[in-house]
Amino acid sequence: MKEYKTVTKIAGPLVFVSGVSDIGYNELVEITLPSGERKKGQVLDTQKGLAVVQLFGPTTGINTTETRIKFLGESMHLGVSTEMLGRVFNGLGEPRDSGPKIVPEQKLDINGAPINPYSRAEPRDFIQTGISTIDCMNTLVRGQKLPIFSGSGLPHNQLAVQIARQAKAVSKKAENFAVVFAAVGITHEEAAFFMRDFEKTGALERAVLFLNLADDPSVERLITPRLALTTAEYLAYEKDMQVLVIITDMTNYCEALREIAAAREEVPGRRGYPGYMYTDLASIYERAGCIKGKIGTVTQFSILTMPGDDITHPIADLTGYITEGQIVLGRDLHRKNIFPPVDVLPCLSRLMNLGIGKDRTREDHRGVADQLYAAYATGRDLRQLAAVVGEEALTDIDKIYLKFADEFENRFIRQGTHEDRTIEQTLTLGWDLLAMLPDSELKRVKKEFIEKYRKKKQ
Amino acid sequence: MGTLVRISGPVVVAGGMAGAKMYDVVKLGELGLTGEIIKIEEDRATIQVYEDTTGLKPGEKVETTGEPLSVELGPGLLTSIYDGIQRPLDGIAKQSGAFIARGVSVPALDHKKKWAFKPTVRIGAKVKRGDIIGTVQETEIIMHKIMAPQDGIIESIRPGSFTVDETIGTLKAHGGSVNLKMLQRWFVRKPRPYSEKLDPNIPLITGQRIVDMFFPIAKGGTACVPGPFGSGKTVTQHQFAKWSDTQIVVYIGCGERGNEMTEVLTEFPHLEDPRTKKPLMQRTVLIANTSNMPVAAREASVYTGVTIAEYYRDMGYDVALMADSTSRWAEAMREIGGRLEEMPGEEGYPAYLARRLAEFYERAGRVKCEGSEDRFGSITIIGAVSPPGGDINEPVSQNTLRVTKVFLALDASLAQRRHFPAFHWLRSYSLYTDTLDAWYSAVSSDWPTLRTEAMALLQKESELQEVVQLVGPDALPEKEQAVLNSTKMIREDFLQQSAYHEIDTFSSTKKQYLMLRNILRFHSRSISAVELGVQLKRILELPIREKIARMKEIPESKIDTLEALGAEIDGAFDMLGKKVS
Repeated sequence: MKEYKTVTKIAGPLVFVSGVSDIGYNELVEITLPSGERKKGQVLDTQKGLAVVQLFGPTTGINTTETRIKFLGESMHLGVSTEMLGRVFNGLGEPRDSGPKIVPEQKLDINGAPINPYSRAEPRDFIQTGISTIDCMNTLVRGQKLPIFSGSGLPHNQLAVQIARQAKAVSKKAENFAVVFAAVGITHEEAAFFMRDFEKTGALERAVLFLNLADDPSVERLITPRLALTTAEYLAYEKDMQVLVIITDMTNYCEALREIAAAREEVPGRRGYPGYMYTDLASIYERAGCIKGKIGTVTQFSILTMPGDDITHPIADLTGYITEGQIVLGRDLHRKNIFPPVDVLPCLSRLMNLGIGKDRTREDHRGVADQLYAAYATGRDLRQLAAVVGEEALTDIDKIYLKFADEFENRFIRQGTHEDRTIEQTLTLGWDLLAMLPDSELKRVKKEFIEKYRKKKQ
Repeated sequence: MGTLVRISGPVVVAGGMAGAKMYDVVKLGELGLTGEIIKIEEDRATIQVYEDTTGLKPGEKVETTGEPLSVELGPGLLTSIYDGIQRPLDGIAKQSGAFIARGVSVPALDHKKKWAFKPTVRIGAKVKRGDIIGTVQETEIIMHKIMAPQDGIIESIRPGSFTVDETIGTLKAHGGSVNLKMLQRWFVRKPRPYSEKLDPNIPLITGQRIVDMFFPIAKGGTACVPGPFGSGKTVTQHQFAKWSDTQIVVYIGCGERGNEMTEVLTEFPHLEDPRTKKPLMQRTVLIANTSNMPVAAREASVYTGVTIAEYYRDMGYDVALMADSTSRWAEAMREIGGRLEEMPGEEGYPAYLARRLAEFYERAGRVKCEGSEDRFGSITIIGAVSPPGGDINEPVSQNTLRVTKVFLALDASLAQRRHFPAFHWLRSYSLYTDTLDAWYSAVSSDWPTLRTEAMALLQKESELQEVVQLVGPDALPEKEQAVLNSTKMIREDFLQQSAYHEIDTFSSTKKQYLMLRNILRFHSRSISAVELGVQLKRILELPIREKIARMKEIPESKIDTLEALGAEIDGAFDMLGKKVS
C-alpha cells in the first residue's frame, strides 16, 4: 500500500495529491489528518504524478504539510454477511448500533455490475400490499422498482411502512424475506419513525439499516444507497431471500450529486444537476430485478419528495424515465384527509400486466383497473366543469360520474393505516363502485366479466 | 503501443499513440477493455471506453486494433441480442454469469455453426458488388442472401455446409483472386452504399389504427415518438416491432430499462407474426444497452443497429428499426462531450447534436440496392424521444422534428385517463398522407374521405369543447351534442386500442376501414335523424351503439360482421325514423 504526504491543493471536497504513481481510477483512499483523525475518499482522476481524491466528508482540518494519504489499491468494497440482518450501520457501512463488527463472508464492490438483460427473468410474481390503489390499479410485482413521488409534508413514510409491513406474495410457498433500508439525508426524527415501526412489527430482525442522516456528510449520500443495494443483492442472489429495498429520500441523493458536481466544476445540465444524473440514477435503480435460476429477488421502493410538487423537476423526471412506474401522492387528497393520498391518475406500474390476470390475481383485474381509471378521470374533469357551469347544467350521466369520483375517493382510495385488503376485496369494492354506472359505459371491461362479476343495482 | 496517462471516468487519455487513427478501436490495460479514439493531439489520444474504467492506472498499455468500430455481418444475426458494440449478451452470460464482467470478448456471430449455403450464380458469371451469389436459410422465414463484396468474375463457388469464416468460392477481381466468405465486416459509422434512393410511397402497416388511418408511416420513412415518461413510448415501440409488416425488425434499447428488453426476449419467441404465422423472434435483431451499462457503448448502439438494418436492406428486405430512446443516445453524446471539455451548445448538448441526429435519420429510406438486378429494400426508422418533463421545446425533440416526417405526439393527460395509444390526434402529423393515399385508396376508394371527415369532426369537437367549458353541454343545440357523441365514439371505439387485448392489439387495414366507416355512418344518420326531429336521447339509447363499441373485439376471421353492421345501423335509424313519423 502506498502512502504519501504530498497534498498540494484542497478545494471543496477535493484533495490533490502529487508525486504519486500507479494509482487506479476509483481507488479507495484513507486520509490521516494532523489531528490523527481518519477519513475516507475515492480517486476521481488519476494521471502520472497526480491524483485527485474526493473525500467522503468535509475537508476541515486537512493541510498540505502533515496530512497522510494512503491509497488502498482497490475500489470501495463492502464486507457482507447474513449477520447484518437486524443491525444498523452508518452511511459508510460501519456499525452504528452497539453490536460487534461484521465478519464478512464476502467482500463486494459497492458499484456492482450491470445485470445482463439476457440473464434477467421477467418479474411476474404479484405482491399484495393490501392497498387498493396499488394492488388494483398499479400492481407491484417482485423485482420491480417502483418509487413513491411525494411532496414535503405528505405522509409518504406512513405509506412506506405500511407497504413494508403488509407486502406479501400470494403464493403459499415458505420464503425468506428481508428489508434493506437506506436513509439518505433524512432527519433523525424520520429515521426514528421507521426504526420504531420496524421494531414494533418485529421487522427489525430481518432488516438491515443504513443511516445517513441530515447532519452526516453529504458525500456519503452517494455511497449509502449503493451499500444498501450491494447488501440486498447478496441476500437475494447468494442467500435466496426476497428483498425489499426502501431508499428515502432520493431527492437528498440528487442534491448531494449536484453539490459534488459543482465542486468539481463540471458543466451543469438542467437546473444545475450534472448531465450524467440519468446514468448515475440508473446505476442505482437498475439494481432491482429477478435473475434466471436464482430464487431471491430485489424489489426497490424509493421515496423522493418532488421540489414544489413539480413532477417535471429533473429529479422526479429522470427517476420516472428509469423506474417501472411511480406512485404519486396528491396534496389535494391529503387536504381532504384521505389516507393514503395516492393520486391514481399520474400513477403507473409498467410491470402490472405481467403480474395480473387469470391464475395470478383475477381474470377481470385489467378491465376493472382500466374502467376505474377512465371513470375517475371523467369524474375529475367534470368537477372542473361543474365548478364553472354548475352541476345542474350537466347531463344525467355526467352527474353520475361526478358522484362516482367522490365515492371512489372516499371508499376506494381511503383506507386505514393498518387496513390490509386482499386483492379479492379490492376488486369487489371496484365492482361495487362501477355498479353506479350503466352497462353501456363499461367499455373497458369484457362483456363476459360484466355478467359474471357486476353487482346488480339495488 | 501506447500507455495510459490519465483516467477520469469513461474518457481516458493515452500517450505514445503516434500513428493511431481517429475512431480506431483500442484495447486498454490488462483486462483488455474496449475503447474508441475520439480525439488526437500530437501523440496523445483521447479514448472513450465502452466499459467501466475503475482500477485502470496510468502506465497501463494501450493497443490499437488499427480498425474503426465495426460489426460482423452474416447469417446468425437474427434472433440475437447484442450489447451496444455487438457483443452477444448470451455469450457474455456464458462467460461471466448473470452480471456483465469487464473485458469480456465474444465474437458477434457464431463462428463454429455450419450453415447450408446454396449458390445462385454459376462459375464464370460476371458479378457486380452487391449481387447475390448465394443464399442461406437463416430462420424459417428469412432467406439470408450472400452478396458479392466487389465486382469480378466467379472463379469457383460450391454448395455445402460452411461456417461463416470458410471459403465458399473465389472471385477474380482487379487486384487478383479474392476468397468469398459469408462473413462481412462493416464500419458502423459509415452508411452502407446503395444505388439510388427512391420516394417512399408504400405504407408501413403497423396494425395500429390511429397510425395507419390518420398518421401513416411510409416504408423507408422516418417517424418520431416524443412523450413524457409513462405516456407509452415503449409499449408503442414494442407494438410497432411486433406488428409492422416488414420482413426484418431491428430493435435498439438504448439506455432504457433492463426489464423491458427481457420482456421482448421472453415475449417475442412466443408471439406469432400475423402474416407468416411464425415466431416474431425469427425476424428480429435486438440491441440492448440498458441505462446502467457503459455510456460510451450506448452512444455506439444506435450505429450498430442501423448498420445491421442496412445489411438486410441491401438483401432487398423491408426493415423497421426502432430506437428507444434517442434522447438517451443524445445524453451519451453530451456526457462524452462534457468529459472532452468541448464547448457546449444548447442545454449542454454538443454543437454537433443536430448533425448527428440528421445523419442517423438519413440512413432510413427506400432504395434500389447495389448490384446489377433490380432489388428494392427499405429502412423505416421510428425513434422514441424522451423530452425532460415532457416538454418538446428542447434540443433533442426539436432537432428530431426537423428531420422526421411523422410526428406521433404522446400526451400525458391522455395516458393518465388510460386512453392508449396516447397519441394526441390534433397535435400529431404525418407528411406522408398524400403520397400514400394512392395505396390506401386501393383498400377502399373512400379511405382518404373517411380520414378527412373523421379528422374534421375531431377538430370540431375541440372547438365545441371550449364552448362546453363555458356553458355546459346541455346548452348546446342537439345537433352539436350529436357531434360530440360521434367524436366520443371515434375516440373511444376507434382511436383507443389496447395493446394487451389479444384481438384488439392488431387491426388489419380492412378492419380499420370498416370500423371507421360504421362510426361515420352512425354519425351521418344521427345528424339527419336529429334534423328530422328525433330526440338525441332516443339515439343514445339505441342498442346498436353497444355493438359499435365492441367492434374492436371482433376477430379478423369474422370481419364480415363488421361489413354487415353498416346495414344494421341503417336499419336501427330507419326504425327510429318510423317511430317519429
